[in-house]
Amino acid sequence: MSIAKDAKGLAQGMAQSLMAKAVALAPDNWVPGGVPDPLIGRQHGHLGRAVSRIDGPLKVSGTARFAADFPMSDMVYAAIVFSTIAKGRIVRLDTVRALAADGVVEVMTYRNAPRLAPPPAFMSDPKAAGGDSLPVMQDDQVHWNGQPVAVVLAQTQEQANHAASLVDVTYESAPAVTAFEDARANARPAMFMGQPLHDEKGKAKAALDASAVRIDATYRTPRHNHNAIELHAVTVTWQDDVLRIHDASQLVSHTAWSLGQMFGIPEDKVIVTSPYVGGGFGGKCMWQHHVLAAAAAQLCGRPVRLVLSREGVYRLVGGRSLTEQQVSLGADADGRLKALIQRGLTAKTPSNVMPEPFILAARSSYAAETIELDVHTVELDLLANTFMRAPGESVGTFALESAMDELAEALNIDPIELRIRNEPEVDPLNGLPFSSRRIVDAWRAGAQAFGWERRSVVPASRREGEWLIGMGCAKGTYPYYRMPGGAARLTLTPKGASVGIAAHEMGMGTATAQVQVTAERLGLPIEAVDFEYGASTLPGPVLAGGSQQTAAIGAAVIAAHRLLIKELLGIIGNDSPLAGLKPDHVACRDSGLCKRDDPERHETYASILARAGQNSIEVVGEGPPPLELMHWSMHSHAAMFCEARVNAITGEPRVSRFLGSFDCGRILNPKTATSQFRGGIIMGLGLALMEESQIDERNGRVMNPSLSAYHVPVHMDVPEIDVIWTDIPDPHTPMGARGIGEIGITGTAAAVANAIYNATGKRVRDLPITLDKLL
Amino acid sequence: MSIVVNGMPAEVPGDPRVSLLDFLREQLHLHGTKKGCDQGACGACTVLADGERILSCLALAVQYDGRSITTIEGVGSATDLHPLQQAFIDHDGFQCGYCTPGQICSAIGMADEIRRGVPSHVTDDLDAADMPFSHEELRERMSGNLCRCGAHNGIIDAIATTLAPLPERATEAAE
Amino acid sequence: MTPLRYARAVDAQDAVLQATTGATYLGGGTNLVDLMRETIERPEKLVDVSGLAVGVEETENGGLMIGAGTRNTAIAAHPLVRQRYPVLARAILAGASAQIRNMATAGGNLLQRTRCAYFYDESGSRCNKRQPGQGCDALGGFNRNHAILGASDACVAVHPSDMAVALASLDAVVHTRTSKGERQIALTELHRLPGDHPDIETVLEPGELVTGISLPPALPRSTYRKVRDRSSYAFALVSVAGAIDLADGHIRDVRLALGGVAPRPWRAYRAEDVLRGGPIGKVAFAAAADAELSHAQALRDNGFKIELARRTIVAVLDELTGDPA
Repeated sequence: MSIAKDAKGLAQGMAQSLMAKAVALAPDNWVPGGVPDPLIGRQHGHLGRAVSRIDGPLKVSGTARFAADFPMSDMVYAAIVFSTIAKGRIVRLDTVRALAADGVVEVMTYRNAPRLAPPPAFMSDPKAAGGDSLPVMQDDQVHWNGQPVAVVLAQTQEQANHAASLVDVTYESAPAVTAFEDARANARPAMFMGQPLHDEKGKAKAALDASAVRIDATYRTPRHNHNAIELHAVTVTWQDDVLRIHDASQLVSHTAWSLGQMFGIPEDKVIVTSPYVGGGFGGKCMWQHHVLAAAAAQLCGRPVRLVLSREGVYRLVGGRSLTEQQVSLGADADGRLKALIQRGLTAKTPSNVMPEPFILAARSSYAAETIELDVHTVELDLLANTFMRAPGESVGTFALESAMDELAEALNIDPIELRIRNEPEVDPLNGLPFSSRRIVDAWRAGAQAFGWERRSVVPASRREGEWLIGMGCAKGTYPYYRMPGGAARLTLTPKGASVGIAAHEMGMGTATAQVQVTAERLGLPIEAVDFEYGASTLPGPVLAGGSQQTAAIGAAVIAAHRLLIKELLGIIGNDSPLAGLKPDHVACRDSGLCKRDDPERHETYASILARAGQNSIEVVGEGPPPLELMHWSMHSHAAMFCEARVNAITGEPRVSRFLGSFDCGRILNPKTATSQFRGGIIMGLGLALMEESQIDERNGRVMNPSLSAYHVPVHMDVPEIDVIWTDIPDPHTPMGARGIGEIGITGTAAAVANAIYNATGKRVRDLPITLDKLL
Repeated sequence: MSIVVNGMPAEVPGDPRVSLLDFLREQLHLHGTKKGCDQGACGACTVLADGERILSCLALAVQYDGRSITTIEGVGSATDLHPLQQAFIDHDGFQCGYCTPGQICSAIGMADEIRRGVPSHVTDDLDAADMPFSHEELRERMSGNLCRCGAHNGIIDAIATTLAPLPERATEAAE
Repeated sequence: MTPLRYARAVDAQDAVLQATTGATYLGGGTNLVDLMRETIERPEKLVDVSGLAVGVEETENGGLMIGAGTRNTAIAAHPLVRQRYPVLARAILAGASAQIRNMATAGGNLLQRTRCAYFYDESGSRCNKRQPGQGCDALGGFNRNHAILGASDACVAVHPSDMAVALASLDAVVHTRTSKGERQIALTELHRLPGDHPDIETVLEPGELVTGISLPPALPRSTYRKVRDRSSYAFALVSVAGAIDLADGHIRDVRLALGGVAPRPWRAYRAEDVLRGGPIGKVAFAAAADAELSHAQALRDNGFKIELARRTIVAVLDELTGDPA
């Protein structure tokens, strides 16, 4: 090789590495024939780096301010009195003693509460946030056991709590349906997001009957509560007709709009901020405490702090409903699915629109020749149930993936092999191509990392001392979502950029990851990017739910980025090296713009702004409609592996090892992603082994409204959890990423149940798997 | 008499019903200590009383007259972090951050218990002079602090690498 | 929490004098403060005795005297307790969380109240223990955690303590004081069975102060096994405290007590009678367990406890009679 050629090669290499540092504009849509987000393949920038949380120092020092951490002068403290009947009316409500108690400022009941419109129930409008549509303290009617019937306001929390115990209420009970069995006969087809929870492909029943090998079993999952460690709390004040709420929320804009509707004021007269949220998981939406605190603040003319007691959280914030699922699988002798049937019952209330959609995972899981999926729902007179981490998939995969394990045993086929054999080429129901589906890679990598080959095929054949040991696996899955309408503000200054969007950081790492994304997109150092979120005054709205924030924010920032570049080129003038270029000809690098195919033609943002005499540029971009969802079947997957130990004497089940192998597109930040995956898995361990909200079916009352009676996993229950991922970008999403917040809880319970079966030979189909079921 | 909080004396509340937790939060405006249950079931309110970890929600403030209380604000500040606080960031030992102050205070008290030779439920040899600083011991001893986000692995890693006696820390690093 | 007054006692005599009608003694507060917040306990006055009688001392006869104000952690960590009474150390360490053990006193631990969900639901459920004659909603409700021994039609709640179960197996004696003087009560006699009056939980008189707990010399081997849903920080479904003295291949003496199964720490006298003087082995152990549980009665949700208790008793006896580790 000649020296001249070497020099040429060197020069080319330099140009390529410069170009590699430059980021062109991302597409304004994800449709067939389009190009992927240029960020998806970038290997050595901010993306994919294990950046520590940007809010870390504030959180570990106790200086991050949560909703109950905002003092206000002249503030009063609220305490709630809850109903003790399931249905009926209040016939006597004596507040005299409470009003006379020390420090009491006011007692609000339906008699003196401000007149309010009913809450807009979630999904009844794009910005509706209500957990149900029941009026809030407007009449004498009682709709569930635990409904607020009075709010006491006092100078101190101690005084308010005591006075609440002095409110004397007499009820007249009406017949209530609180037992699942009593309602069974009235089950009706369930609707979810405006669509029936019913799918059919071919004649599944006939195919099942004709199958060589069949599995037919019923699985049950109980009610659950989110149990974020932060109690639901609001600090509320009315300032010049503006309702100001320090909230713990995963939908600030929705809450502002909904409260505006209820109080009859424009949404911009309601300011909801929620910079830190002490855990959400679907539970930190709008419930009665928001309304009661705002109404009480209006009534007494003073700021109000309302922190629900832990019991109060269980009484007025809904959780996940119960399910009873029948799964029938038919296969030929080679294990190819001829029929997949998953159908069953869940319960909701007359005033909400959320049947637990446990069939969602089955829609795209396996290439069965015939499929029949159905959810029916009964209505009970209880507190409204709601979304909880991976609604549908978390409990639906328990049934489906337990049944797959049962089928594998019946066929004498390795459970992983059975699943791989039934991998679909296209979406089994709608025939759409998959945007990216690398679950087989995840299975192979997971099996190797976990040591699956050491699993004994014969159940109950491995024992150490008192402990029976087994391994199990299961598939987790969660769809890619991107809700329409998300907008972001992008502000560029000589020092850097700031993103403003009404999104939420509940610990998912959103703020950190989005700083990385924005820095990468704009060619800025991480320190030069700021992320403003958690305020209804910001553009948006972006709901923290459905694992869709990353995509929704990403798409909105892409749109804003395009506008920003356009604005920059508009002010660039003739003296810039970039003069005359169009947006599609430029890219971002090194804190400025360059010509896309000639990165040396570069000018910094600071220089562009200075020449134009501007201190900043601000644009607001709105993400495009989520057309990608119409063109591809988009899902993340996980291969879950569990090693369980069951005490042969006492039946105590414990998880000793766990590994999740994920296929979730590009991982933006391995450090925070690891925590998201582990967190989902750990909640899945709780789902498998201990969690249950116990409602006494005689009167509809939650009987374990505390963290000592409702068990969530403690440190001792949590082994070292390994997580690995394919890191294969999805070409049809912003950044190549799919959401990661919920998938960890899917498949986990089945992996545990299957490991327990392998350890003991006992198949437990009712969650939670407690020791009495294993004795 | 008074309660000394992070080295500063504070007047004991007049109402004996006031918990140490509400005293810290509502009267002293030290909001780092969190209320997760107010029932002694979650550990979010853990503070150190004369160096021992306790639940401030089950403690009446008046009962701690004359005692010295350390809260997360007394452990380290955002600009001057305690090594354990830094380790929580490095190991991602939190997500939402709500249980974090309690976890950190609890861990500091726990490490002192181990140094003093207090055994735990999983300690094999009750007579041992030195208590092991194993992951299993840490998990048992930290079980009074719930975390719902599922940061357990990071929390235990942060504690193990920071608070273990030096020889064990060396072993830990070698692993 | 109802308004109240607070006084710190300087010594036991002062405490007893201050404990006028409507007053309650305050130890570590780990149960009482919670009950006050739930308005299940509504004292007008708290007499703080947590600083009194703190410490563990060896007695002349080779036993121990534990001051009522001694914190649970301090008892479990005491060298003499660890060496001679491992059942007590292990029972304490199996209970609650480290933070709670750092606060809770020995006296308070004995007098803590049941965690029955219906007892705790002050406003919404019926409970004869809270309000005599009201009825018991646990009978037809969630009673997986409830008693299989010693319960009555009026109450099926269990005593929640681990420490007290160990003490029951150790023949511990509770020392008390009233304005009239001092007395000693066998720990196994301290708690009453519910009968028709589940609201009266102990034999203590109003104002009677627990000042200490004494232990006779220990049997050579003892241990505590707790079975629970969660692997830590959960109440016992079943626990077994056992102590044993072996000689020439047979059982010279044995003490067994059960937790999580009865309204009080349940001394398993029937099982002991079967075992004492008899052979070592699974047959004898199973016979002893069966003798103790022959009167067990299951409720809707807790039938599994009978088999679980049987297995756990046998396992503890196996452990106590096996080769020392």
